[in-house]
Amino acid sequence: MRPILLQGHERSLTQIKFNREGDLLFSCSKDHVINVWFSHNGERLGTYNGHNGTVWTIDVDSQSRYLVSGSADNTLKLWEVSTGKCLFTWEFPTAVKRVSFSDDDEQVVCITEQRMGYQGAIRVFRLNFDGDGKDQDPEPERFFNPIGSKATVCAFTFMKNLIVTGHESGKVALIDVATGDEIQTNERAHMDIITDLQMGPDGTYFITSSKDKVARIHDTKTLRVLKTFSTETPLNSAAIAPNRPYVLLGGGQEAMQVTTTSLRQGKFETRFWHKVFEEEVGRVKGHFGPINTIAAHPAGTGYASGGEDGFVRMHHYDDSYFKSKPYGDLEIDE
Amino acid sequence: MAVPNGVTYDPIDDEIDFSDIDEKYHVESDDGFDNVIVVDGVPVIDRSKLDRLLTKIAKDFTKKGSPIKSDDIFVPWDDAKDKSKGYIFVDLGNPDAAAFAVSALNDYPFDSRHTFSVNRFTDIEKYASLDETYVEPEIEEYQPKEHLRAWLADPQGRDQYVTYRGDDVDIHWHGKPSQCEVAFSKKGWTDLYVSWSPLGTYVATLFRQGVRLWGGPSWEHQQRFAHPFVKLLDFSPCEQYLVTWSHDPITVPPNMPQGPEFFSPEDEGHNIAVWDIKSGHLLRTFPTSAAEADDALTKKQMQWPALKWSPDDKFVARVTPGQQISVYELPGMGLHDKKSMKTEGVVDFEWCPHGEKDRDEAENAKGGKGSKKSRENMLAYWTPEVANQPARVTLVDFPGRKVLRQKNLFNVTECKLFWQNNGDFLCVKVDRHTKTKKSIFCNLEIFRVREKDFPVEVVELKDTVTDFSWEPKGERFAIVSSNDPNLGNPGPGITIKTDISFYQLDRSKNDFRLLRTLASRTSNTIRWSPRGRHVVLATVGSSTKSELEFWDLDFTSEDRREGQASKDEWGSAIQLLGSADHYGVTDVEWDPSGRYLATSASAWRHTLENGYAIWDFRGQEIEKHILDRFKQFIWRPRPRTLLNKEQQKQIRRNLREYSRAFDEEDAAEESNISAELIAHRKRLVDEWNAWRARCRKDISDEKRSRGIRNDGREHGDEEKEEIEEWIDEVIEQTEEVIE
Repeated sequence: MRPILLQGHERSLTQIKFNREGDLLFSCSKDHVINVWFSHNGERLGTYNGHNGTVWTIDVDSQSRYLVSGSADNTLKLWEVSTGKCLFTWEFPTAVKRVSFSDDDEQVVCITEQRMGYQGAIRVFRLNFDGDGKDQDPEPERFFNPIGSKATVCAFTFMKNLIVTGHESGKVALIDVATGDEIQTNERAHMDIITDLQMGPDGTYFITSSKDKVARIHDTKTLRVLKTFSTETPLNSAAIAPNRPYVLLGGGQEAMQVTTTSLRQGKFETRFWHKVFEEEVGRVKGHFGPINTIAAHPAGTGYASGGEDGFVRMHHYDDSYFKSKPYGDLEIDE
Repeated sequence: MAVPNGVTYDPIDDEIDFSDIDEKYHVESDDGFDNVIVVDGVPVIDRSKLDRLLTKIAKDFTKKGSPIKSDDIFVPWDDAKDKSKGYIFVDLGNPDAAAFAVSALNDYPFDSRHTFSVNRFTDIEKYASLDETYVEPEIEEYQPKEHLRAWLADPQGRDQYVTYRGDDVDIHWHGKPSQCEVAFSKKGWTDLYVSWSPLGTYVATLFRQGVRLWGGPSWEHQQRFAHPFVKLLDFSPCEQYLVTWSHDPITVPPNMPQGPEFFSPEDEGHNIAVWDIKSGHLLRTFPTSAAEADDALTKKQMQWPALKWSPDDKFVARVTPGQQISVYELPGMGLHDKKSMKTEGVVDFEWCPHGEKDRDEAENAKGGKGSKKSRENMLAYWTPEVANQPARVTLVDFPGRKVLRQKNLFNVTECKLFWQNNGDFLCVKVDRHTKTKKSIFCNLEIFRVREKDFPVEVVELKDTVTDFSWEPKGERFAIVSSNDPNLGNPGPGITIKTDISFYQLDRSKNDFRLLRTLASRTSNTIRWSPRGRHVVLATVGSSTKSELEFWDLDFTSEDRREGQASKDEWGSAIQLLGSADHYGVTDVEWDPSGRYLATSASAWRHTLENGYAIWDFRGQEIEKHILDRFKQFIWRPRPRTLLNKEQQKQIRRNLREYSRAFDEEDAAEESNISAELIAHRKRLVDEWNAWRARCRKDISDEKRSRGIRNDGREHGDEEKEEIEEWIDEVIEQTEEVIE
């Protein structure tokens, strides 16, 4: 498997995301720029310029028409994917750490940082696509401050008005955005800050990664922990591979500690674990800094990883990946 | 009943019977008489002699170190006869003085006809009011103790190991993959570390209060040794005695319980204690010898074990550097022959270990069968160069104290003594310096102890030897040598290049010859398998290299018999079986059977990838666990085999048959495992699929309630549209006119 090295960022990656077809890969970085790439050859299609701070998070709708991005310049921006034009900008008192589209593309949830006397907040916006998309309501449809530990990641679930959030304390919660109430919580889901949360193919389960070196698959409805993947390194990202029963985990030692350790110790590898058996099946090396974000191709034909080293590595699986049956003929539902 | 603090007395209380509570909380009221003693056997006298008697008694008391005045003495008087009653009461002022007077003056011959018998007044009271009726002592029901060596009877012949991680101490069984299990686990079992006794009978855990020993299949508490703040411990080779050391000198607080298992005031200020394991009694304490010459030796690390045991547990010896070796006899812990071995300048010594044969002989001799005298203990020590005297290595037998062999050495910087574990050879690693004292090189002086007159062989080397190791029960040894300029000034990131060399005794020429040198490695540790033949070279304690190399020294001659030298080419049988890597390895240890090797990365040394791994002798990884806060891994040692030579030979002869049975077991095990694993995976998959089915139902319910078409977008995957694009590129166009 020969990766395509996407060199378009000058600083470490913060999040990468495929569109639904998987032909485009969006990446954002601390260098204030958002890039979009053709995933099959690694050619850069364009950039989205306008943010004036680290872009922490991006998400693209299912039709690949609109892109939202959240940044440390305290803004949330809506972009037109095809032209790179910024359609609308929302301003907040603090940085935006996470954005996510709903399944029907009509809503966007965003988490803002708890800082400078402002509480961390979760806002849900209803987008208006009539006309050219520039006419957006600057006020959120829903707004609330989650109680307890601050939220770091979130995503919509398949259930109406419910989002899952991951928190700094390691808590996972299911929140009703209409009321801001926690429907379900799992306080001890992780022992440390939750770094990533990605939904399974139909939203009934999701995977979380944490600095406590563990990734877990949770049942969306009950928040019950279904599977646990224990590694020996702090994890920054976890993704679920479509069509094959694997999960992808990435991480590595903190950037500040890396200088004193060699490449080998840093463990900057993408780890493939069997989703059901909780066993490690393989690793992919390449990055020379911690992996910050991983995204799986929606068709299951490849994956991309973005690292602290500023590179995105786009991998297309070899044939052997699809053919190999390391655990024999077992039919595993997705 | 007293009325406390003016509380009004309630007459109702009168009717309640408080006697049970009174009894329970009854306060011994004899406190006031603790300082009074009763002296019996005093002459019966009349009034005229009373003064003289009292003066004499007071004088005698004072003479014995218990000063009293005649006023303190009360003489009971028989008024009827107008004579004294023959006993007196003496008030000593405080209980301690009274206790002293009792011990000092009991059985004191006052004159030819009178002998004092002195008792505490309270004791008299106690015994006088003693119930005189005979009560049949209750015989405690015999409770069978667990067999301390039960683990040896494991039907699968598994070995055990102990791990210490965080606060958890676990004892594991190690065997085939299906037989590995945790035998016992306990949180907070130790405060510092755990340790096995040398034959594996006990596991010792250290607490602030002292050492505890545990054993038997359920790990019951076996013995305790109250040595506060104990830091180090050392067992005697036969597990009869225990030595403990604490940095804090022993103090005996006044309320300290007394008894043979506790420290007494004369132990105060000492650091080292020797205990009898079976009884738990304290045998003797010592000060740390380094404490005597504080400033000179503080730089030097304290030697541990500070007390060295003879291999049969009969003697224990300690060295006072520069002065003497003191040998104490067990079990009394008295100085042997009442004098130490005065040896000017002595630095270090080692007892000669006993081989299997010696032990057999010793056992025979004990049974009175063997006419041959069993081998005497022997010890070797060395003295450095002083003034005109050369440095010297001396072999002395014990208890005979006869010098058996002495060898003079010159230009010596440092010596180290290495006994082969059967006591066949002694290697003295002599670090020598050149005349200018600028460079150091190494000589190995090898004493062949079993032969007449103890012939000495010298192997001269140009480099510095950093590690030396005998093959257990063998005639080979391995050394790590290095000429790296960085040697001696270690820094972070510096890995010292080393050479590993193997030597073997050449029977025909009777000297040690080089078998092979493995040049330019980084290995700094040699670990021989306890059964010999296999050796592991490891790079330990480096942050960049962590290689393990598994070597076989008899690769070609499959069934090497003991003492039968191979006829093949010298050194040709050495073969690398495999190499491996365990990042950050800090400890390497063979299991007692020599089948497995354990490597561990302890959190005591660094915090990267702590954990342990177990390998087979070929370097195949069997298991590996990366565990945070992992601290310690130790195999449980095994005692000497109970089979005699004949039985062992018998087994070796029938090895084929045995191995067939084992092969069958292995095959069964393998199929068993895979069956189990497959069943386990099947179960996991079934669980997962069942859960997914439920999820799908949930989703369709949810969608229906939201009024979305059930077969939404997710099934209607758009068809792949192939767009073929033909691009013609004209690279060059030339027109030629054809004539």
